[in-house]
Amino acid sequence: MMNIAIATPEIFLLISICIILLIDLFLRDDQRLISYILVQISVLITAFLLISTLHTNKQLGLNAMYVQDELGGFLKISILVLTSTAFVYIRKYLNDKNLWKTEFFLLVLFAVLGMMIMASANHLLLVYLGLELLSLALYTLVAFSRDDSRATEAAMKYFILGAIASGMLLYGISMLYGLTMGQLELQAIAAYIDTQAILENIPLLFTLVFIVGGIAFKFGAVPLHMWVPDVYQGAPTATTLFLGSVPKIAAFAMLIRVLSESLGLAQSGWAQLLLVIGLLSVIIGNLLAIAQFNLKRMLAYSAIAQMGFVLLGTMTGTLEGYSAGLFYTLTYALTAVGGFAILILLSHQGLEAETLDDLKGLNERSPWYAFIMLLFLFSMAGIPPMVGFYAKFSVIQALLQGGYLWAAIILVLMSVIGAFYYLRTIKMMYFDKPELDFTLKTTTLDFKLVLSTNGLLILILGLLPSSLMSLCTNALVTSLP
Amino acid sequence: MLDLPILSLLLWLPMLGGLVVLAVGNRLDPRQVALGITLLTFLISLLMLISFNLETAQMQFQEQSIWISSFKINYHLGVDGFSVPLIILNSFITILVVIAAWEVIRYQINQYLAAFLIMEGIVNGVFAALDAMLFYILFEGMLIPLFLIIGIWGGPQRVYATLKFFLYTFFGSVFLLISLVYLYQLGNSFAIADMQKLPLAMLPQTLIFLSFLLAFGVKVPMWPVHTWLPDAHVEAPTGGSVILAAITLKVGGYAFIRFALPIVPDAAAQLSSLVIFMSLTAIVYIGFVALVQQNMKKLIAYSSIAHMGFVTLALFIIYLLKPDDSRSAALALQGGMIQMISHGFISGALFLCIGVLYDRMHTRDIKAYGGVVNTMPYFAAFFVLFAMANTGLPGTSGFVGELFVILASFKANFWIASLAASALIIGSAYTLWLVKRVIFGTIQHPKVAQLRDLNQREFGLLTVLAVAVLLLGVWPAPLNHLMSVSIEQLLAHALQSKCGGNVVGECP
Repeated sequence: MMNIAIATPEIFLLISICIILLIDLFLRDDQRLISYILVQISVLITAFLLISTLHTNKQLGLNAMYVQDELGGFLKISILVLTSTAFVYIRKYLNDKNLWKTEFFLLVLFAVLGMMIMASANHLLLVYLGLELLSLALYTLVAFSRDDSRATEAAMKYFILGAIASGMLLYGISMLYGLTMGQLELQAIAAYIDTQAILENIPLLFTLVFIVGGIAFKFGAVPLHMWVPDVYQGAPTATTLFLGSVPKIAAFAMLIRVLSESLGLAQSGWAQLLLVIGLLSVIIGNLLAIAQFNLKRMLAYSAIAQMGFVLLGTMTGTLEGYSAGLFYTLTYALTAVGGFAILILLSHQGLEAETLDDLKGLNERSPWYAFIMLLFLFSMAGIPPMVGFYAKFSVIQALLQGGYLWAAIILVLMSVIGAFYYLRTIKMMYFDKPELDFTLKTTTLDFKLVLSTNGLLILILGLLPSSLMSLCTNALVTSLP
Repeated sequence: MLDLPILSLLLWLPMLGGLVVLAVGNRLDPRQVALGITLLTFLISLLMLISFNLETAQMQFQEQSIWISSFKINYHLGVDGFSVPLIILNSFITILVVIAAWEVIRYQINQYLAAFLIMEGIVNGVFAALDAMLFYILFEGMLIPLFLIIGIWGGPQRVYATLKFFLYTFFGSVFLLISLVYLYQLGNSFAIADMQKLPLAMLPQTLIFLSFLLAFGVKVPMWPVHTWLPDAHVEAPTGGSVILAAITLKVGGYAFIRFALPIVPDAAAQLSSLVIFMSLTAIVYIGFVALVQQNMKKLIAYSSIAHMGFVTLALFIIYLLKPDDSRSAALALQGGMIQMISHGFISGALFLCIGVLYDRMHTRDIKAYGGVVNTMPYFAAFFVLFAMANTGLPGTSGFVGELFVILASFKANFWIASLAASALIIGSAYTLWLVKRVIFGTIQHPKVAQLRDLNQREFGLLTVLAVAVLLLGVWPAPLNHLMSVSIEQLLAHALQSKCGGNVVGECP
């Protein structure tokens, strides 16, 4: 059963990438706006193609390797919308830094294509292929400013560690292939798991360790977090912005497809792994973030801690837990993309905004952007009424429902510790006088608009989180078995 | 009468007004806009008072709509006899804070006023929330404006003070969140009224009570988690100190009334001696600490802690009374509430007075003053009046609350009452000594000799507060009347076992 039609959005995206690549050859430097607009249009059309597939029944296609369901559609639309937002910010960065190459956008689109494949894969091989497409594009993006030795070093680290993680995942997949007598389709694996006594099947437990390891790397969770700070710091801020936000959604897609959809019945096996990984991420991420004075590194450790929350929510294996994880991932991605956009805004000719000192006195230089950043930071710290609070709240609620009281207590304690470094950043913006006497460069209207919307969304979603929450729950209810 | 959503107005008008003040920038005078909004809010709160029905303990002016359906969180507001006076106090004090900032705050005044307006809206919401999550969200949200107020407009050590304030209170309240989620999962509802009906065994009650004690005790603040308050007060700008002392401390006391007593009465009864011990320590020990302070603001801050000790004492002494002595229990709760309101006026007034001196001298060191009465006679009169009220002089509002609490304590235990009563002596000692060193005596410093007396604005501010303090002191009956039905209702919940015991606090 081929049913190619269910992959229409992906196919469209691939074709438009190729076409833009060709068109770009014939454009002069002063016509770069054209390729940028083409890129944005192709992202939006892909999103529209996806919206038309929503609310249809679950369909398999491409020899049951590919699936079209609400969850996939919801994740892919979120990925595309966030990418389109990120493009606005990235454009300003590339313009300011004289790094403009249309390839940057196209590489991002390849990464997006990989993520879309991950979100819709119904077969472990396809999950892996999507992951590799995403990773290869990201490695290149990290090394994008090739004369910068830190960027190339970061790319090298990322590449080597990423290769090891891919190897782990692939090893886990191959063991599963052996255990199930040659099955890699998600439902077939689920059928096999159904017949097993999970905790007594040692090869299966080993398999789980490898698969969870591969997924944890993508999340940047402890103990596979070593790459995160270096890559965040070394990469050009535009890359960090993309890499620190959108791929988290793809990682969540992989988590839910592999662990919940196919290995869901082995929850007793992987829950313990995720519990330990999640708690370690939250603890180590928050504690180490305190020691960071480089903003990008601080946000990297904060990302590690935040992803720990996602893993802990998902760990419970309940619908509430999955839904909490999904809500958390989406809102975090939205917050992170905006947070890095502020860094782009602050970076001045030739210099990246890197240390906390660069934020000093932002309230005097630009009260509006300081306010937006305040929203992002309070959201990350989980202070109501910002949306980040509801994310943490729903994870804690899922944990308590699963009976993990002590894990919830550790989480809230760590949020207090986490609050410290977010507050310290706010302190820099609001309580300190600016050190460097420079004014913010003028920004284009689209940048202003998108960033302001992005920031206000954090507040508005915090005041009215209900609809996004039920979207998350709905997508999961209709798609999970 | 009118079908206005009064409580929503009280919540949203100041908040949106705050945004307007932010937005007008320098085109309009942000002070006049802010003053208009606070006056309007105060009028609405008076409207609420007028149409408030005194005969029923039911929640009034209720507004309810679904907010977050997946967790059954409702936007549910309503007020009873406990909330109404506190909302009026809040709306009233915020006006004074706006006026007090008039010529004093120069740096980013629109942001300053906006922060206070948003704060006013949030606090009104806290006092009116009937949904536990709504309460929690506002309770936490309150930290944001205050954090900025202390941090941006505070003194030299402001960063330390404001971080300490934020982290301390945040730490206290995260456990509250866990307790509330736990209660939600038991009863499948976040409505406070439903939580009050849940039967609970002793162990969960104890744990929940401890989390409440931590969250609200930090806010009150109770000894030994009070150490953030003096720092925050010393560094905060005058308006920040006034709001902190007059309003936010009351949130802690109010939350005990709304959550701790009715939801976990058995644990409250069992641990009442612990809380009473903490309250007495606050009253006696912190009183002595206040005696040795060199900084006027710090002295008043410690005195606030001691006075709030009376409130927590009043709330928990009801468990040491004889079960049939509901009159004394009602007396204690009345005393606690009056003490809260009165302390709101008195501490607010004292901090304003210190602000008046600070604006002229730019120091709060007691040693730098002396003989102020010679140059500022009107100011000295006000200061002495408020100081007397602080010591609990009969005829002022400070007397009524403390008297009620001490009377009720006598019914429970002679020694508790006498320790509490000793506060009158210690309180007089530190307050009068402060007055002696600052106001009276001969002029020691040339700067004091050049002081100007109150201007019209300051005179007006202090007059209004003086009237409030005296009025409440000689005629507390309307306030009592406002609360009495609600107090009966609270006692019915708070003195009834929820774990199936015959007497509260004794679980089978």
